[in-house]
Amino acid sequence: MIAPDTSTPRAAYEVRVCAGSACVANGSLQIAQRFEEAIARNGLAGSVRVIKTGCHGLCARGPVVVVGPDGVFYPAVDLDAADRIIVSVLGDREPVEPLLFRESPGADSIARYADVPFNARQQRIVLRNCGVIDPESLDSAFAAGDYVALSTALATMTPEQVIEMVRDSGLRGRGGAGFSTGMKWQLARAAEGDLKYLCCNADEGDPGAFMDRAVLEGDPHAVLEGMALAAYAIGASEGYVYVRAEYPLAVKRLRKAIADAEARGLLGKDIMGSGFSYSVSIREGAGAFVCGEETALIASVEGRRGMPRPRPPFPTTSGLWNRPTCINNVETLANIPWIVANGAEAYAAIGTGNSKGTKVFALTGHVHYTGLVEVPMGLTVREMVHEIGGGSSSERPIKAVQIGGPSGGCLPASLFDTHIDYDALASVGAVVGSGGLVAVDKSTCMVEFARYFLAFTQDESCGKCVPCRIGTKRMLEIVTRITEGHGQPGDIETLERLGNLVRSTSLCALGGTAANPVLTTLKYFREEYEEHISEKKCRAHACGALSTYAVIPEKCKGCGVCKKNCPVNAISSVIKEQYTIDPDTCVKCGICEAKCPFDAIIRV
Amino acid sequence: MSECSCTSSQSPEFDATALEAILSSGSTVEGALVPILQASQDAYGYLPRPALEMIARSLRLPLAEVYGVATFYAQFHLEPRGKHIVRICHGTACHVRGATEITDVIVGELGVEVGSTSEDLSFTVESVACVGCCGLAPVVLIDGETHGGLSTQAARRIVSKLQREQTQ
Ligand SMILES: Cc1cc2nc3c(=O)[nH]c(=O)nc-3n(C[C@H](O)[C@H](O)[C@H](O)COP(=O)(O)O)c2cc1C
Ligand code: FES
Repeated sequence: MIAPDTSTPRAAYEVRVCAGSACVANGSLQIAQRFEEAIARNGLAGSVRVIKTGCHGLCARGPVVVVGPDGVFYPAVDLDAADRIIVSVLGDREPVEPLLFRESPGADSIARYADVPFNARQQRIVLRNCGVIDPESLDSAFAAGDYVALSTALATMTPEQVIEMVRDSGLRGRGGAGFSTGMKWQLARAAEGDLKYLCCNADEGDPGAFMDRAVLEGDPHAVLEGMALAAYAIGASEGYVYVRAEYPLAVKRLRKAIADAEARGLLGKDIMGSGFSYSVSIREGAGAFVCGEETALIASVEGRRGMPRPRPPFPTTSGLWNRPTCINNVETLANIPWIVANGAEAYAAIGTGNSKGTKVFALTGHVHYTGLVEVPMGLTVREMVHEIGGGSSSERPIKAVQIGGPSGGCLPASLFDTHIDYDALASVGAVVGSGGLVAVDKSTCMVEFARYFLAFTQDESCGKCVPCRIGTKRMLEIVTRITEGHGQPGDIETLERLGNLVRSTSLCALGGTAANPVLTTLKYFREEYEEHISEKKCRAHACGALSTYAVIPEKCKGCGVCKKNCPVNAISSVIKEQYTIDPDTCVKCGICEAKCPFDAIIRV
Repeated sequence: MSECSCTSSQSPEFDATALEAILSSGSTVEGALVPILQASQDAYGYLPRPALEMIARSLRLPLAEVYGVATFYAQFHLEPRGKHIVRICHGTACHVRGATEITDVIVGELGVEVGSTSEDLSFTVESVACVGCCGLAPVVLIDGETHGGLSTQAARRIVSKLQREQTQ
């Protein structure tokens, strides 16, 4: 039953077109169609096959096309490039040299996707099939080995053995808290109850993170197989995948994957004739960050306002409808089939001391190669930013990274040798978190950056507990007034006091970590706060109220839009074309900058 | 508790057909409220008060609870929305790559503040936190279609195109 469907002969030559969200936005589906039409026109549908895959990782250079058994990589493919690639694919199959990847114009080309520097340090376990298989085809997933671990476990392992294996692998939850997955399962297995739930947390609310989305879109069966294994281990018979509302493509692929798996007896009643039953339904989130917190998620699935509640009782004892409920993150679950197939030792051999295995990061910000990367735990920040990310995308050096989203911290360039693992990051005040990693250059003001995160968490605070609801509000007011040039002596100390208070007294980790961005920037970029407060200066020119506006004469076309829109008549034209801004009249509203059609107005 | 006696759900402009279908297919599932609100919003574009009242009656929940849930989640809207929905990503990646400047341009061009709808119901402008295309930052979604790697110029171009289409 697990054998691939052989009724469609496997094509000899495969053209992989990335159909992850970022590449689709760049037009990859039209590219795929172009290939398919050409193949059909030439009557080669049997020997050349187009596979629409999940995310390849290098979103910055999409649409990504990877061709043939060697994986020849074509970045940023447009329709013209597609036509030229088709000629090669249908002809001599030699790589089309001018279209290959280059680190910079004129540099040597790199033909294979695996050889691109972005990939050199990566090791793919969670993303093993992303970019390889067709996520909408169960046969494609079979061919890549999905569901083999499940069938082995059901036939040869007891639930306790599965738990032991996962515990020994050292896997820790990838949803943020980093709790031992094996231990959580043990608790859930031991809990009393005839009906237990195993749920997948796919809420992925951290702004700037898209790891879980990529896995769901690229290899949904790996997540379902992980869920079934987890359910078998703890004795659950039902479960939900709680998916974020903004991920329609992930929902669509997951829905199809569930239906396909049920139709083949891989989910549902009496899975593979083993007597074990487990069924999965999808619940779409409705746009609340706090619903990623497990007790809030439970409230939301039950149809209530998604607000957290105090723990204990932990969901493993009393969760959904008061029944034992184990909640695991998408990435955690996608690791499970690999661990069961390859053994605990193989997994534990990857990574560092208390941080085993790999971690997927969404590498974004001011680096050359933004995208999705999976690396062994323990790489340094510098390796991530410079080797994988290719360093700064501007002429300005990278000055900081923010790791772990709104609950994480900012690290300065002087700490770039910090290893990315649970313990090393905790020792400098940051967290692995869910895996957002944003590198920023000198054009980012760290005070404004901290304000941004705090504004997010404050907006998403559910309002149930006072420290989070009011404490983050007061902190946000203070940080905002600093960025607006109204900071007062004593503000820094107040922020630190409030931050520590909110951290230690909030009900859930939303409040418990909300102050991290502020506290870490206060620790590592204190001089920027001090400059804002005492000198009314923003060195990044990012805080509008602390900058002056000027017209770049070379870019100004003399259209007069700025003058017309200036609310205080601060803009004059001396000779007809020469526009200038009078700094004494200017109220720094920034309207002229936004209105100028030629981007000729800048902050200095 | 006595039955609510308000009758506004029978108001002439509210066509209950779609909602009746939703309620008859989904109201027995455990925790049905959120999926029902989602389906209703899909059908009506927003959640009109008569719809909330009907849902409350059908699920035997106090209207206050239905209202409480509908206002808790950012996805639900109690007011009609524009024909075109412009959603500007303010996720971290987009933020550091200029989402604020893009927002200024879009708000300026359309004359609609973030979080509101133009009076003629043509445009709604919203901010969202990360749409999962961070590799393409900054990103704007127009009627669900992703536009990535935007400069202020490009943002100005796409909204003026949208405006032209709307006035034609
Ligand atoms: C405010 C908040 C948001 C969270 N968001 C998520 C999320 O989007 N995805 C996730 O897997 N875990 C999230 N978590 C962590 C969950 O509460 C929980 O620890 C996790 O889903 C457990 O799975 P794991 O053990 O596999 O990591 C969040 C926690 C908090 C406090
Ligand atoms: S931050 Fe804008 S798409 Fe993720």
